[in-house]
Amino acid sequence: MENYLIAMCVTAGVYALMALGMNIIWGMAGLINLGLVGFFAVGAYTSALLTVRLGFPIVVGVIAGGITAALVGVVVSLVTARLRGDYLAIVTLGFAETIRVFATNEIWLTNGSDGISGIPGPFRGDLTPVQFNSLYLAIMVAVVTIAFVLVERLSYSPFGRVLRAIRDDEQVAAVAGKQVLLYKVQAFALGSVALGVAGALYAHYTSYIAPDIFVPLLTLYIKLALLAGGVGNSKGAVLGAVVVVFFLESTRFIVPLIPYISPVQGAALRELIVSVSLLVILRFRARGLLPEARSHLVVPAALPAPARVTA
Amino acid sequence: MSPFLAEFLQLILNGVMAGTILAVPAIGLTAMFAVLRFPNFALASHATAGAFAGYVANVTFGLPLIPSLFFAFLVAGALGIASDEIVLKPFRAMGAITTAIGSIALTIAIENLVRFFFANELRGYDLPIARDWIFGGVRVGPQQMQNLAVSVVVMALVFAFLTFTRMGKAMRAVADNPALADIKGINADTVARIVSFGGMGLAGLGGMLIGLDTSIDPLTGFRSMMSIFAAAVVGGLGSIPGAVVGALVIGIGEELCLLVLSPSYRSAVGFLAILLVLVLRPRGILGQRAY
Repeated sequence: MENYLIAMCVTAGVYALMALGMNIIWGMAGLINLGLVGFFAVGAYTSALLTVRLGFPIVVGVIAGGITAALVGVVVSLVTARLRGDYLAIVTLGFAETIRVFATNEIWLTNGSDGISGIPGPFRGDLTPVQFNSLYLAIMVAVVTIAFVLVERLSYSPFGRVLRAIRDDEQVAAVAGKQVLLYKVQAFALGSVALGVAGALYAHYTSYIAPDIFVPLLTLYIKLALLAGGVGNSKGAVLGAVVVVFFLESTRFIVPLIPYISPVQGAALRELIVSVSLLVILRFRARGLLPEARSHLVVPAALPAPARVTA
Repeated sequence: MSPFLAEFLQLILNGVMAGTILAVPAIGLTAMFAVLRFPNFALASHATAGAFAGYVANVTFGLPLIPSLFFAFLVAGALGIASDEIVLKPFRAMGAITTAIGSIALTIAIENLVRFFFANELRGYDLPIARDWIFGGVRVGPQQMQNLAVSVVVMALVFAFLTFTRMGKAMRAVADNPALADIKGINADTVARIVSFGGMGLAGLGGMLIGLDTSIDPLTGFRSMMSIFAAAVVGGLGSIPGAVVGALVIGIGEELCLLVLSPSYRSAVGFLAILLVLVLRPRGILGQRAY
């Protein structure tokens, strides 16, 4: 049981890292990315292939996973830079599906739908499962903390302010002399690093990845985390991720209590509950548990602007 | 005829057939986009729901093909109205992206509802088995010809509806300029309901037509979604003649790519087509909203 709880917390860490990455892309810069699971997959496959096939150390794999995801992010954001939001939604969703189709078909590289197994984890062989999970949880906590501090710093830096300005009104930011495209690409790349690293850490934790893992539902989980926690808010992102994982896991216990349903029906019911809750949250709680801080030192509370000028 | 030429002709012919079928849901998608102004990803699950409704009519109740197709249209259309009224309409006030995300969640919900009742196994329709016709090395199935005919008739009906009926004209007016249509006393809510019914009905009909060739399962709609979106985007989102042209381009393109790629790359072809069109001509082939 404690092992299960620790494993749950590790998953929450992976989700939190993704939510932090999405917070840069979506929350701060206001860029639509419905294909975040594609970047997650790129990170996971890069790290898995480097460590399993070429025998690189895990750390190198994870870093390479982040870098590769960032490069893919640069390409995607450059190609889609001029697109309106609704087209961006279609293209990013299509991107993630295409990554999955690629991973399913390029069997020589990715082993197709059988997936890659035996991905190394730190000291996996020398530790008991509980010890391994605890160690991994410690690593996850460290990584999420670092990412949290970095995103928080970024958020209140001049760079973060420009991103928010672009999100709120792109034209005004451009008129103020900001290179909007450059900022968008950088935001996409930085967010993708977090997504890629999350993918790599996930792969090394579970030791097995396959195309079936990288479905759009995972994208929705992170959206759910961001929405539950509050868009544009790092604390909210982490909190939301934890809430979402506990919620997802709790459905695992509720469903078997319902009599006379087959395992397939149970799985379907779980996804049904998850997607309906997303709809409810999206509808009634669009700003999340912790809305974006409006009273922070550098993000002034709703503006009585003229008063400020005279002061 | 040389074997290569025959193979080439066969692929073009298959592409035209696939494209014509693809045009049916693509018209539904583009019409909904023109009026409601968001990319409705719930199309995928409505195509699946239509395919299963047709399956129930055809296999469980033993109805012939054409009434089953009609039943698929009705069920998916009714589901479309319910989805829009209960779920998506409140989102539209919050912007196109929130609505698009909502429609993804909705599509997963409906897909799992179908899975709950029908499980994951593949199901086939109850169709008469017929021998393919062969013309100089090119093979055509009677069933394919029937699908082609159904698609063409459906398209003709859609065009007639938009051109000649009051509601069709009202719909085009809202698509063209919602404010002006409102001033002229066109009820936007009624138009939204009609377009949700018609659009999702066409998606359901399309889902069944796609399933007729092979088999159906809860992911039927989702697997075709990229091709349908590609057809609509390539033709120009919001343009109905564009959706037809786009569907033919995607249908033929996907078949011709079989010459160099494995069949499972089909949906990636759609994605590449979307990227190509958005980079070269973001408005699509017939971007001037003709209807």
